Parts: sequence; structure tokens; C-alpha cells
Amino acid sequence: MHERTLCPASSEHRASGLARASGIRSGRTYNRRVAIDIDIAYVARLARIELSDDELQHFGAQLKGILEHAALVQQLPTDGVEPTAHPLPMVNAFRPDQVTPPLERETALSQAPDAEAGYFRVPPTLEAE
Amino acid sequence: MSSPADLTLAEATASLRAGELSSRELLQGTLDRAGLTEAELHAYLTIDHERARAAAAAADEARARGETTGPLHGIPVAIKDNMVTAGLETTAGSQILAGYIPPYDAAAVIALRKAGAVIVGKTNLDEFAMGSSTENSGYGPSANPWDTERVPGGSSGGSAAVVAAGSAMMALGSDTGGSIRQPAALCGVVGMKPTYGLVSRYGLIAFASSLDQIGPIARTVGDAAVALEVIAGHDPLDATSYRGAYPRYRASIGRGVAGLRVGVVAELAGEGISPDVLSAFRSVVDSLADAGAVVSEVSLPSMEYALSAYYLIAPAECSANLARFDGVRYGLRVEGATVEEMTARTRALGFGPEVTRRVLLGTYALSAGYYEAFYGQAQKVRTLVIQDFTKAYESVDVLVSPTSPMTAFEFGSRTEDPLSMYLVDVCTIPSNLVGAPGISVPVGLDGSGLPIGFQVMAPSLGEEILFRVAAEVERSSAWNDRRPPLLEADHGV
Repeated sequence: MHERTLCPASSEHRASGLARASGIRSGRTYNRRVAIDIDIAYVARLARIELSDDELQHFGAQLKGILEHAALVQQLPTDGVEPTAHPLPMVNAFRPDQVTPPLERETALSQAPDAEAGYFRVPPTLEAE
Repeated sequence: MSSPADLTLAEATASLRAGELSSRELLQGTLDRAGLTEAELHAYLTIDHERARAAAAAADEARARGETTGPLHGIPVAIKDNMVTAGLETTAGSQILAGYIPPYDAAAVIALRKAGAVIVGKTNLDEFAMGSSTENSGYGPSANPWDTERVPGGSSGGSAAVVAAGSAMMALGSDTGGSIRQPAALCGVVGMKPTYGLVSRYGLIAFASSLDQIGPIARTVGDAAVALEVIAGHDPLDATSYRGAYPRYRASIGRGVAGLRVGVVAELAGEGISPDVLSAFRSVVDSLADAGAVVSEVSLPSMEYALSAYYLIAPAECSANLARFDGVRYGLRVEGATVEEMTARTRALGFGPEVTRRVLLGTYALSAGYYEAFYGQAQKVRTLVIQDFTKAYESVDVLVSPTSPMTAFEFGSRTEDPLSMYLVDVCTIPSNLVGAPGISVPVGLDGSGLPIGFQVMAPSLGEEILFRVAAEVERSSAWNDRRPPLLEADHGV
């Protein structure tokens, strides 16, 4: 399974700025390469995208490359740093609970690939025995 | 001036008011321009001739009655095709939405209509706004008016190209990691990403909800300020909409920069930036100093991690947002024996390679066992980036950098390696992570005659100071609303 790969950031990490962030400087791009372990078939299933074996291999290899770069985020010490999910220091956005006309049912269904009797129509949600 | 399509928004408004030009003539000039350039540019996905003509006629009739509806009365504008338009096909550049006719208008579109704008059509983009070149569009790429062998940038490449070509006077874009500013830079126009929450995202087909923001692309800084005044405002239909005061941004133009503290971002103004871009950037910084700005160099140490954090956060949010494309309520459906099979086949056929890549990437970064190491860690790095900016703004009023490390690149030159395309956004991504405004202003041409963009960044809700500095950049760079060679000689315009 996955191994945690947090590395301490050194001053050297911080020194080279954009060149390292962009990988533009030749020769050295990362101080430490991170081993990325990815079960691409499982990820594709989770994402609900049906891919052929060739496609799985193709995307799997590309994702590994991208994730090796993205894993740079693991090199910064972040003890005690709160995660940011959202740029605004917002809590709740309240508004008066007023009834407004909803989208007409026919309008809402007008773009559906399949609809019947006022409902969206889909194939069985469970496989047949 | 040979065609009204070459006027700026401010000039056209003055001519319309003076009765020297009708909205119908202005629209005709715009449509003629599109007719001349679209075969090469493919910047529009849809041109709405009929309704645009009706809107222009209505604008003229209203004016004849002495009624004007707002600051964009009779002005032809374009809308990036990831904003829904009632009754007008909206695809977000994706085959999964081919033929989709939205039942409602996005809030920003409603605001444009209320201000009197004439909507010419919908512009091309990288599929679901994921990309930096329009090469990821499910309908073929757009070209750069300055060199049709090159990309217009992206993802709002169509919007930047139509403004540069004169086939719209202003266009809306959306910016998640630079998608307004970078194409504006590559096409030699002004592109502005407002503070997160300033423009309602209601009706913007979501890519990454904590980063997405709608903004204007225009020919001048002043025109962008006018457009922002129209589209900014609180909207109860967007829970992240800003509830405070919305100033009159135009008032900032022409106030100069004397005494303002301008910080050059050290990490974005050296290695990795093309020499022509860097020299144009430096020369504008010198002009700002000559105009009385106090220039210093500022270091943002987390900058090198920002790109990595972005390419975890944006795909993670996109994988959640794009779950709605399931073949049930709208768009494409590929039949299957079960819902899951139908959905998986629909998405496989409907999504292009880059969208598939990002959905997979985001799904992985959010999946059990990897969440903390990737997505969770990226969110903490986002905090560090925000802290770096907060600290920098203790000693400067604005930060400046090149908008893009390079000028317009050739088709296909970055499509093989997805990472090489991601690196294009290195200067623009930080503003999205922070949620703060940024603007790109054209300042010159490189050795190949391609436009160079200068980026000004300000703290959140710092639009007034942003426009103030941007207007000085525009003035001092002597760009003078330069036009692309596509519009010269052989096109007879």
C-alpha cells in the first residue's frame, strides 16, 4: 500500500524558485523522487469512466508523472498548518426562506436523454440475477 | 477608423451616444469582422445572428425613445461557452454537452443583458476550461490572431481571440488558474480575474468551485473596469457571493501610481521566464518607478509549491463537480445494461483526454489512503501560499510579474506532455489559490511579433488599486491598442 513520503524541506528546496517549480532548469528537477503507487483500473472504476487496457496504461503512466511533480507538496513542513478549503473566511450564507417558482418540470426534462411520465428514465440500478 | 469593430468599448459608447453610430451598424461591423476572421480563428463555437440583430435593433429603438439601459447599451459582447445562456447551445467545449440548450441564463449573462449588451455568441475554450491553449476543446482549437499557427492561450482562448480580432468588443472569460489572464496576454488584450466572490458563479459550469471566477476580457483597462462594474454584485443564488460594497472601478483609472508600493515577485521574474518577456516586464517596472511608484523585490518562498498544490486541488474539485455528467439529466448518453455501465460508457465517450486525466487525478487524490498525503497536504500548502501573500502585502500595495513565462506557442508543442502544459500557468495560479484579483495588460511584442502580458496582483477586494496600477502600466507601455497583423492588408479591413 501507500507509503508516506514526507520529506523535510531544506533551504535548498526554497532557493531555486520558479526554475524548480516549473522544472525548466535542466538536469535536476526534484531533490527526491517520490514513488507513486496507483491502481489505475480501480481509480477509473471510482471515477465511472470505462477505459480500455491501452487507455488505462496510457493514463496510468501520465498520472504517475504528474503525481511525482505534485508530490512536491509533501516536501514542505506543514505541522500545525490549517488546510484551506476555500479562499474566503466564510461561514454560512443565509437568505430569507421565500418560495419562488421552480423550473417547470417539462423544461427540466427537456434536455434529458430519456424521460417518461415526468421522470428521468435510467437503466436498472442493480444488475439482474 | 475603417470599421466600428476597431473601436474600443469606450469609443463605441461615445459614438452611440452622439448618434454617430447605431447599435445595428456596430453589430454589423462586428459580424462582418467575424465573417472575415472566423475561418482562420475558429474563436466562436456559436454565433447567434438572429437574436443579436434583434437585440441591436431593440437597443437602437430604446435609444431613439431616450432610454438607455446601462453602460453596455448596444455593445456587442461574447460569452465563454461554459456560461449557460437560455435557449442558446452551451457546451463548455465538451462533446458530452453537444446540443445542450440551457433553460436559464447565468447570473453574469443576465447582468450583461440588463446593462444593454448585445450577445453575439459563445466562444471556444478548452473542454470544461481545463487547459491553456484551447487545444483541449472538443470542437477543435482556436487560433491566435497574431499568428494563426499558434495557440491563443486558454482556457478562455476564444474570448481573448474575438476581442483581439474585433469580433466582439468585450468578452467574458472564467479563470481557475489563469484562464482569463494567460490568453489575454497571448492575444494582446486586457484580461481581469476579480476577487473570488465578486462575480456570481451561478450558471458557470463548475470546474473547481473554490478557484473559479468570471471576469472580463477587453481591449483596454478602462473597458475592463466598465465590464466588471456590470457583472460584479451580490447574488443570493451563489452562496460564496460577496455581500459588501461594490465600488465604481472606473474611478481608479488615471489616478497614477505616485507613492504606491509595487513589489516584483522574485520567484516569477528570473529563471524560467523567456528573455523577451523578462525584458519587456523589466522595462515596464522601470516606467512605474519613473511614474513615482516605490518598487522593491519581494520573495514568496511557497511559490514553487503553488503549482503542485494547484494540480491536486483543481483536479480534486473537478472530479467532484464533473460527477454530474452521468447521462441522466442532460447531454450525451451511451446505453448500458445498468446505470453504472451507462454512466461509465457515457463519460468515456463524452470526455476528452485532458478532462479524463484530471478526473482520474482528482479521484486518486481524494481516494482513501491518499487523501491526506495529496489533497490534504495540498490544502495546507494553499494556506502557506496565502500566508506568503498576506505577509508580502504588509510591505507593498500590489505585486507584479509577467503573466505568462512565454508568448504564444505553436500548436502541438505542449500536448504530448501534460505537465509541460501545466507549467504555462505558473505565474497566474497563485492568485486563484489566494482568491485575490489579478489583471494582465499587454505591454509589447517579442522578437517574433507576439504580444507580451504584464500581470498586476492585489490583495482580495483590492480591485481599485489593481485598476489604478494597470491603467498606468497601459499608459506607460505605449501599447496604444495595437492590432494583430491578421487585420491588415490582405483582409482589407
